Amino acid sequence: MGLFQVENTGASPASEILLAFPPTQVDHLAVVKAQVATGKRKKKTYTPLDVNPKELPDAPNGTKYLSISLLNPLAAGEAVTLEVLYILTHSLEPFPVEISQSESQLVYYHDSALILSPYHIKQQITFIKTPTTKVESFTVVDPTHRAGTELKYGPYNDRPPHSYSPVIVHLENNSPFAVVEELVREVEISHWGSLQITEQYKLAHAGARHKGVFSRVEYQSRPGHSGVSSFRHLLARLPPRVHSVYYRDEIGNISSSRLRLGALKSELEIEPRYPLFGGWKATFVIGYGLPLEDFLFESPDGRRYLNFSYGCPLVETVVDKLTIKVVLPEGSKEPSAVVPFPVNQYLEKKYSYLDIVGRTVVVLEKNNVVPEHNIPFQVYYHFNPIFMLAEPLMLTSVFFLLFVTCVAYLHIDLSLRK
Amino acid sequence: MVGKSEPINGTAKSQPPPSPLSPKSPDLLSGYFSFKSLKLKTKQQELLIRVSILCLVYILAFVTRLFSVLRYESMIHEFDPYFNYRTTLFLTEKGFYEFWNWFDSESWYPLGRIIGGTLYPGLMVTAALLYWGLRFLRFAVHIREVCVLTAPFFASNTTILAYFFGKEIWDTGAGLVAAALIAICPGYISRSVAGSYDNEGVAIFALLLTFYLFVKAVNTGSLSWGLASAFGYFYMVSAWGGYVFIINLVPLYVLVLLITGRYSMRLYVAYNCMYILGMLLAMQIRFVGFQHVQSGEHMAAMGVFFLMQVFYLLDWLKHLLSDTKLFQAFLRMTVTSAVGVGAVALGVGTASGYISPWTGRFYSLLDPTYAKDHIPIIASVSEHQPTAWSSFMFDFQILLFLFPAGLYFCFKRLSDATIFIVMYGLTSMYFAGVMVRLILVATPAVCLISAIAVSATIKNLTLLLRAKTKAPQSASGKGGSSGKAASKGSLDQSQPFQKNGAIALLFGAFYLLSKYVTHCTWVTSEAYSSPSIVLAARGAHGNRVIFDDYREAYFWLRQNTPPDAKVMSWWDYGYQITAMGNRTVIVDNNTWNNTHIATVGRAMSSYEDEAYEIMRSLDVDYVLVVFGGVTGYSSDDINKFLWMVRIGGGVFPVIKEPDYLVNGEYRVDKGAAPKMLNCLMYKLSYYRFGELTTEYGRPPGYDRARGVEIGNKDIKLEYLEEAFTTSNWIVRIYKVKPPNNRW
Repeated sequence: MGLFQVENTGASPASEILLAFPPTQVDHLAVVKAQVATGKRKKKTYTPLDVNPKELPDAPNGTKYLSISLLNPLAAGEAVTLEVLYILTHSLEPFPVEISQSESQLVYYHDSALILSPYHIKQQITFIKTPTTKVESFTVVDPTHRAGTELKYGPYNDRPPHSYSPVIVHLENNSPFAVVEELVREVEISHWGSLQITEQYKLAHAGARHKGVFSRVEYQSRPGHSGVSSFRHLLARLPPRVHSVYYRDEIGNISSSRLRLGALKSELEIEPRYPLFGGWKATFVIGYGLPLEDFLFESPDGRRYLNFSYGCPLVETVVDKLTIKVVLPEGSKEPSAVVPFPVNQYLEKKYSYLDIVGRTVVVLEKNNVVPEHNIPFQVYYHFNPIFMLAEPLMLTSVFFLLFVTCVAYLHIDLSLRK
Repeated sequence: MVGKSEPINGTAKSQPPPSPLSPKSPDLLSGYFSFKSLKLKTKQQELLIRVSILCLVYILAFVTRLFSVLRYESMIHEFDPYFNYRTTLFLTEKGFYEFWNWFDSESWYPLGRIIGGTLYPGLMVTAALLYWGLRFLRFAVHIREVCVLTAPFFASNTTILAYFFGKEIWDTGAGLVAAALIAICPGYISRSVAGSYDNEGVAIFALLLTFYLFVKAVNTGSLSWGLASAFGYFYMVSAWGGYVFIINLVPLYVLVLLITGRYSMRLYVAYNCMYILGMLLAMQIRFVGFQHVQSGEHMAAMGVFFLMQVFYLLDWLKHLLSDTKLFQAFLRMTVTSAVGVGAVALGVGTASGYISPWTGRFYSLLDPTYAKDHIPIIASVSEHQPTAWSSFMFDFQILLFLFPAGLYFCFKRLSDATIFIVMYGLTSMYFAGVMVRLILVATPAVCLISAIAVSATIKNLTLLLRAKTKAPQSASGKGGSSGKAASKGSLDQSQPFQKNGAIALLFGAFYLLSKYVTHCTWVTSEAYSSPSIVLAARGAHGNRVIFDDYREAYFWLRQNTPPDAKVMSWWDYGYQITAMGNRTVIVDNNTWNNTHIATVGRAMSSYEDEAYEIMRSLDVDYVLVVFGGVTGYSSDDINKFLWMVRIGGGVFPVIKEPDYLVNGEYRVDKGAAPKMLNCLMYKLSYYRFGELTTEYGRPPGYDRARGVEIGNKDIKLEYLEEAFTTSNWIVRIYKVKPPNNRW
């Protein structure tokens, strides 16, 4: 989160402001949001701004840029205050890399005391908040202060463009490093009134790797002391009115889960088969049904659209690769997806119960998904309700033919003897 | 079957009357609306009732086997089914040729196992065909669901078969009763609940099919039925090793018929056709191959085959030689020389090694004490133990005393078919007494013979009842099938209280049969529907507690160990580790190599440093033990440990059973033998267990499975380290440390 006060010192009005990121951070960049505050202190209103990647020819050392488009061009000598939020995934590096069951987890946080910027910096202060007061060490770039859970770098005055001053903070962090390495969410639309969702997770503990013995005695008898960086519960927030929830993996049902149904949201508390220590993995599948009328609507132009939330229902987890597959009913045409952020899109075919021509699947792929991506997306398509009757009619005719053959068999005498 | 009852009324709507039968159809249709106007001919009524009973029985047989799915989940049970499931999965993914040529390097490390040549593929192929069929019909089912429901599906088919078999040997009534009895008989249910994806589930169907077709062939003398029975036999051979029972029972039956002078052309055609073609087909199964003509178990069939030819020759000669005296002399000579030649051939064959001797398992069937003395690996399996009386009662209930009654009826009306069922019943009952698992083979025979008893009794009683009211009709109309009973009914008319007695007896029969139904349902739901991989218990507040430790451990192995890790455990868990944990095992439930198993047994019963040498030589990375001391789960490795010692000691005399016993007593507490307290199995089971309080008011280290405080609480491991222990301690996995650096 950065608060920028930007002044145009040039001659011509500026319509955009550039943000710079070192190449190591760009790959882990999940979200960048910028907003501008208008009004006085109490009646502040925020207006979000567009952020787009931009290529600059003279970028030093592979620096990547994002440009923020301002609402009104900034005239020469004018200043504006911007708030920029960006989220990086995998930016904490566990050190030591391997820990035993009784140790707590320490991580390195790499950053720069001075923000990388193509502009001249008049003054900057960097605050780093740590989860606990336990900090092993931190780089000192004078002036640097540490108080409680806060580290303050700066203020630094009058720095040239592209100045960079790396800092490393070595701190304790025992929050669960639950990372979903791969998540495939399949949303199957049935116009008979339900939406069936199947989510396949590949979960890993991305913190410091577990080393040596796992002792059940210690894990059971000293829960606060042993395996503090491990986790055994996960919480999934599901939409309200969810039904027929299941939680299983390749070898069967996992019996340790709890479902709380609510009016606004349902909460599914799941427990993997074993507690996850650093480096341990677990794969599982969550599936549930939802009432169709909450998610499927008809747009004014006669098309139907599915309005569903992107992102992972697990609370506070990072998804490295998220694939959403929207399985449209058989016979639907011209699918098109509207997603509020860039995703990789393509179409597939899937055959389910009693399908003949197959169902169109809209596949949406995105890397580095964080909880901020839990915003709705839409898939539009044309669907003729007559197709709903295809499968019942097929079944009816099969049974009818069966009975007819039985009748024929009983009534026709095929024997040669008279 | 399903369609047959409905289409009769369906005609009225759809078709103009094409045959003389249809004019009655409108009546039938209207019969649905008002019951009074239902005017069916007696024959049609009977057909309708019969078909609907069969449909209901068919559904019942399927539904009663679904307890396990409702109580637990749609999952594979026990041990062997996991191997079958794994191979089926392989078959559906890779196709038949890959499956046939599959060399499995994930089991019996470092030897491996040639799967295609060492299994009966019938079950897997059946399930795969069902799966492909359903897929073709666009039912997007998972192969697991197909595997789980294969056994109930075949059980349902078996009921239909039992009906036809009963009809063949007695009458339709007996067939219907047999179908109903076998549908819920616990002896059969024990091996065919949903999820029990084992060879037996399909094999009982195949067994009964072969027998039915053979009896049909004997009754009709038709070549086509004989061919059909050969194919039935082929299916049975492809499905289960129990086919040996068929190939010995059928010749025995033929021999009995020959001795009792019931030789006929029908028998000749049926047996020769079935034997020759069946043999050729059976030899196509790689696991059987030339055994079918070489091994001792199959010699009886071949001997009887040659004897048949001699009989035929004699029959022909008798026809040629009209002189009786000359024929008698010739007969004596031929029979003596035939028997002599046969004996010499058998002797030479056995001596030269061309004919292999009987296998241990077969021998232990004939001599129940054989395995106990000679082959501990067979004796160690719980389902190979001799059957207790209680389990007969448990599995058969009223059938146990209906069986002799049925035998009585069979002897009263002796025919080729009833002789067969009597022989099948008696021999299989003997085998059921020798081994618990063979109750399964006896079940169809017991059900069929009991069905004869039930059906005949009830028929006689109802005839008595009806004879009073309309005496002339019953004597003439129903006399056809059981003439004696009918005539007896009309004869006894003069006796007083006869009608009341018959009513009382009918109620008695009804009471017994309903008791049977409740017993079967209870047994099915309580005893035979737990998957044994998930354990359920009642908690302190009456709630259901699930112990899912096995899968917890297997899934941990699957996710968090290197893909090529080798896991050493006792052979019981081998199939499950490869199927669920997806890791290589040293030994598994296919106990083909006794030495390899003995090596594992030796490692488990040695001191840690000696065991480490063995484990290093086998490239073991992880050791898995099952331990019930925390939960009180009694079938754990400590309780199986003496078998490991025995099997290990059978090959390696270093291991001596008395070293682990104190005065012939097996104990784990302070008074245990020192070797016991320090062997690998003890150490791995009780490692750090001494720090744990399992029960309130007991000292730490109290073993709940054996009810004692353990004797060695300070266990140090030098060459292994604890890698994972499940939440209830049932499965404990240890990692074998790499050797120390030399400097």
